[in-house]
Amino acid sequence: MSAATAKVQRGDVVLAARNMAKSYGSVHALKGVNFDIHHGQVTTLFGENGAGKSTLMKILSGVVLPTAGQIILDGQPVVLSSSTDARNRGISIIHQELSLAPNLSVRDNIFMGREIMGSTGVDFAEEERQVRKLMTDLEEDIDPLTLVEDLRLGQQQIVEIARALSVDSRILIMDEPTSALSATEVDILFKVIRDLTSKGVSIVYISHHLEEALQITDHAVVLRDGMLTASAPRAGIDLDWIVRNMVGENYDLGSPPTGHAFGDVALSVRDLSVPDPKGAGFNLVDRLSLDVRAGEIVCIYGLMGAGRTELLETLAGRLRASGGQVVLEGREISHLPIAERIARGLALVPEDRQRDGLVQTMTVGQNLSLASIRSFTRGFFTHRRMEDRIVDETIRKVTVKTSGGAAAIGSLSGGNQQKVVIGKMLATNPKVMLLDEPSRGIDIGAKAEVFRLLAEGARQGLAVVYSTSEVGECLSIAHRIIVMHKGRISAEFDSTVTKEKIMAASGESVAA
Amino acid sequence: MSDTSATRTSTAKSASSGGFSIGRLLLEGRAFFALIAIIAVFSFLSPNYFTVGNFLIMASHVAIFGILAIGMLLVILNGGIDLSVGSILALSGVIAGALMQGVELSTFGVILYPPVWAVVVLTCAFGGFVGAINGVLIAWFRVPAFVATLGVMYVARGVALLMTNGLTYNNLSGRPELGNTGWDWLGFNRLAGVPISVLVLAALAILTGVMLSRSAFGRWLYASGGNERAADLSGVPVKRVQIIVYTLSGVLSAIAGLVLSSQLTSAGPTAGTTYELTAIAAVVIGGAALTGGRGTVRGTMLGAFVIGFLSDGLVIIGVSSYWQTVFTGAVIVLAVLMNSIQYGGRGRKN
Repeated sequence: MSAATAKVQRGDVVLAARNMAKSYGSVHALKGVNFDIHHGQVTTLFGENGAGKSTLMKILSGVVLPTAGQIILDGQPVVLSSSTDARNRGISIIHQELSLAPNLSVRDNIFMGREIMGSTGVDFAEEERQVRKLMTDLEEDIDPLTLVEDLRLGQQQIVEIARALSVDSRILIMDEPTSALSATEVDILFKVIRDLTSKGVSIVYISHHLEEALQITDHAVVLRDGMLTASAPRAGIDLDWIVRNMVGENYDLGSPPTGHAFGDVALSVRDLSVPDPKGAGFNLVDRLSLDVRAGEIVCIYGLMGAGRTELLETLAGRLRASGGQVVLEGREISHLPIAERIARGLALVPEDRQRDGLVQTMTVGQNLSLASIRSFTRGFFTHRRMEDRIVDETIRKVTVKTSGGAAAIGSLSGGNQQKVVIGKMLATNPKVMLLDEPSRGIDIGAKAEVFRLLAEGARQGLAVVYSTSEVGECLSIAHRIIVMHKGRISAEFDSTVTKEKIMAASGESVAA
Repeated sequence: MSDTSATRTSTAKSASSGGFSIGRLLLEGRAFFALIAIIAVFSFLSPNYFTVGNFLIMASHVAIFGILAIGMLLVILNGGIDLSVGSILALSGVIAGALMQGVELSTFGVILYPPVWAVVVLTCAFGGFVGAINGVLIAWFRVPAFVATLGVMYVARGVALLMTNGLTYNNLSGRPELGNTGWDWLGFNRLAGVPISVLVLAALAILTGVMLSRSAFGRWLYASGGNERAADLSGVPVKRVQIIVYTLSGVLSAIAGLVLSSQLTSAGPTAGTTYELTAIAAVVIGGAALTGGRGTVRGTMLGAFVIGFLSDGLVIIGVSSYWQTVFTGAVIVLAVLMNSIQYGGRGRKN
């Protein structure tokens, strides 16, 4: 490919996106972004969840079509109509979510959809040879005939990377390629990336590990709320610059509510352990202890896989603990089912609101009242007027923008859907509210409203525990910040801590 | 009659869950218009079709798989499927037949002849028990609904054949001196000119409709069918809901078995073969989604009447029964096609 692009100099723009915009209904994921990919260099894309990074990459790899804007490849405007189209033009992508078929072998996964055909069908021997070569490059000892489901997550990610490499693309997009890799594997990946760029391949790299990404980047581009906030070559940037541009100068999600005294300990966790359902002997949550008082807001910060979700789901009763105690207002609840825990005042707002939070076939009102049906059931029948009152009250309280309780849940924006999930649990009059990444995939305005709601609840004596992977969100309304790392609490801070200290405690900077 | 039955089922659901959107009206209207069209076409083709007598006869035919379809609707709303209803229908009929023949208690040397009401209660309880086996297999042992109910379908059919040695109980009328007469009441009697079986169907439809729209259980059922994980995290006892749903389907199958054997005054082990498919067809034509969470009793009743009136109409105008199969199949495919068009464009648009 370097022959075909002989005139192209390192650093020239090979692909340019102009005024890219993408809307999903009323949600504007991208609002007119300009983005350049440079020949033989690594362009890193920074931004928080929901900033539009993945949407932009999906457009550039042909997975989704933009609502507006132009893609210029080698100086020519093009339309990337499908991912196959993009692949044929030399653009391939490693998706954030693994897209492998677990029931097939590594070889079959890598050549899925573009099998090498010999005279008597698929040329398995040639495929196998190429896979072995790729694995040698990646310094990974994976047999081509192993089933993907038998590999650990990090190895699966390697297979995903190998698949993208096997295409011989000239533009390679990597969306969070290292989320499940060990430090050594990351080093090898970086070696492969440098090797590729020296051959003239252009890389787009997305990562939450800021320091790790800084090692490899040539150009940095920062997105926030679907808009480009800054872009600069490597020489002009540092960690501080990225964080500042990611979260914004006047990034204010509120401050810890003051003026009320904390009550008694509402939730007490003692030596809680949760085993990994797949691996024997490995704990996702490891002998963790935590006390939360009434009126207190606690933020749990940690990287992906730190055990935050498992901790919260175990507290709510979804997962089973292998040891330890959960005490709610002085009473042990470890043995109770979810419904009983909700009735006693412990409510969870799950991380994935589409999968775990909402019933898409029901209306806004039915979703809002789902967790508190018992409170408006008299004998056999639900009481329509009492239900309507609960629904209307909750819609007002959590300020859901909707035409009313009878509206379809799909008609709401992401932020409003999240408020419905929160409202549903608030309607059960909880004493302790657990929220797993409450700001995931919602815009900055909705984030601020969600946090205002939590602060309001705390003032009235609600104990709030929320988890996040955005440092900025820890430093908003939380009275206390807990950092989780590999299933344990690695540090505990009050609200005056700095971002750098939190990140260091989470293992973020030592990852690479 | 078709009109009264349609309005009766619609009163069952008109008090339905919350708002009454145009979309839902169109969805259910589709099955309703199909029914009107069927009645119009056959009335035109045959002078015998559009008579009160004929409608009553057709409605009593619909009653059997209408009752099965109500149970099937509950299961499908939950996101499952129940292939065992036809077999439970047959086994229930056979058990009722055996009870009518008398239960011999050899240790006491007496033969007990339970009265008909006791036979009915015992049979329904038995149907519920078999349904509960389905439910426990699916909810606790995580056997896929398709497989669990397929297995129970075979077992129940086999037990029915074993019990009767492949024969049919014919003498179900009972004897006055034993005090167990009245078996044919369900199948032959009429109240104000309406067959009892049709009244049973209507009563069950109304009860189920009220349960779905007004009870906490109904809401739990819709929620756990629409998104089991979200329902679970909201405190819905999803496993209990699942077991109850299959139990209810079993009870309804037993009721259908009683009605059928009463109509025939005989109970055979091969009764109700493939009825589960007719019941599924009625639910689907009635606009329910096989993925769970969407569907109403009103729609299902319309679906049952569409199938019943169509096949009886074809018989009346003298079309070969082979063609009935072809027509029924075409209607099912058409219905599913329209369902997927409707649901497919729904999520985003409004």
